[in-house]
Amino acid sequence: MIITKQIKILIILFVGFCFSQKALAQFNIPDIPKEQTSVYDYISLLSTSEKSSLENKLIKYSDTTSTQIVVAIIATTQGENIGLLTAKWAHEWGIGQAKEDNGVFVLLARDDRKIWISPGYGVEHKLTAGIVGELTRNVIIPEFKKGDYYSGLDKGTDAIFEILMGEYQGSRKSNNDSEFPIGVIFFLFIVFVIILISISKNRRGGKGGPGNNSGGGFSILDAIILSNMGRGSYGGSSGGFGSSSGGGFSGGGFGGGFGGGGFSGGGAGGSW
Amino acid sequence: MKKWLIPVIIIAVIGFGIYNWAVGFNNTAIELNENVSEAWGNVQTSYQRRNDLIGNLVNTVKGAADFEKSTLEAVIKARSEATKTTIDPSNITPEQLQQFNQAQGGLSSALSRLLVTVEQYPELKANQNFLKLQDELTSTENTIQTARTRYNEAIKPYNNHVKKFPNSILAGFFNFEGKPYFDAEAGAEKPVDVEFDFN
Repeated sequence: MIITKQIKILIILFVGFCFSQKALAQFNIPDIPKEQTSVYDYISLLSTSEKSSLENKLIKYSDTTSTQIVVAIIATTQGENIGLLTAKWAHEWGIGQAKEDNGVFVLLARDDRKIWISPGYGVEHKLTAGIVGELTRNVIIPEFKKGDYYSGLDKGTDAIFEILMGEYQGSRKSNNDSEFPIGVIFFLFIVFVIILISISKNRRGGKGGPGNNSGGGFSILDAIILSNMGRGSYGGSSGGFGSSSGGGFSGGGFGGGFGGGGFSGGGAGGSW
Repeated sequence: MKKWLIPVIIIAVIGFGIYNWAVGFNNTAIELNENVSEAWGNVQTSYQRRNDLIGNLVNTVKGAADFEKSTLEAVIKARSEATKTTIDPSNITPEQLQQFNQAQGGLSSALSRLLVTVEQYPELKANQNFLKLQDELTSTENTIQTARTRYNEAIKPYNNHVKKFPNSILAGFFNFEGKPYFDAEAGAEKPVDVEFDFN
């Protein structure tokens, strides 16, 4: 009994040695995709409808909470430690918002039969490794064992939603600077005040007598020019705002893309 | 009058150039040094986290009936040794780093021996708390590995900045020394693999 155990340990050490050799053949993390969305199925493991339903669910979640959960599905990590790879990948892509670091990255390696979930710095305190490990064991792995990858990911992400409930609130970011409309409103307000002043001056001028009338006329002209200027710039800026929000929505994926969230390297997972 | 004015202007221009260079060098070096300190902070935090977890692990394992004393004691001893070795982040010397590495490496190998032994206790492996602890430990090992990698990554631009000529002249003047890289030490270059499957 003891002898067989020792042999087994030897075998494991040997396999570990092989793996450390194999680790030299690195897995190349894909470049940050142009269209940044929530599901990257590199091996078409999910059907089109499954993929889009999971994708939409995660995008909606990101819209309401600003927390970005991204799922990537690959064939194999090519011998790399999936725990290290997941966090490295997520950190490189910058999933989650930069300030909150509220990204979650789920990596599924089908042929390795392994899944790993790495939380960003900002959600680590909720998604501790113990909790994530339990979630993987009890929610995701049983579905994967049945061969139902979609259901495992679907239920797994739902469980993550539940754990993170009420942690972050978000507004969908447009691709342009969000402070823009405030500037427009402020500018319009100033124009409005100038018009009011000029009108009141004009009235006073009218009371004063005909001598001041010409001055009043000038100020009206001034106001018209000013209001035209205002209108012109308002028109241009509203065009800019419209196009930016349109671009954000029509492109699909996360509004504003990945925010640049950071990852410590922690996380948990399991194999089936 | 013109004869002495020209050299004065030239000297002033050169002096101003050197001053700018020195200020630029100094500020960049300080910035890069801050990055290194931050990265080192993360390394220490992750090791500290592991130490805390090992405390919990030892307590959980102790609860299991007549667990091998020697393995546990080895872990406890290695842990106290690892806690003793601390490094001043502003002045990391190669010797200090090696000491730190060795102490933490000793703990890593004691820990992996403990986790191998644990495999003989099925009631422990079915224990939810223990499973969670295992997850936490694996996660922390990965965090340590990541923190070490990022520390090395932070060192590189700093060393390049400080060691390359002509910056190296100023580095001596301002007392910026090159910093040592984290080498993989025996027993810790690979994170402890806690997912043994003997069945």
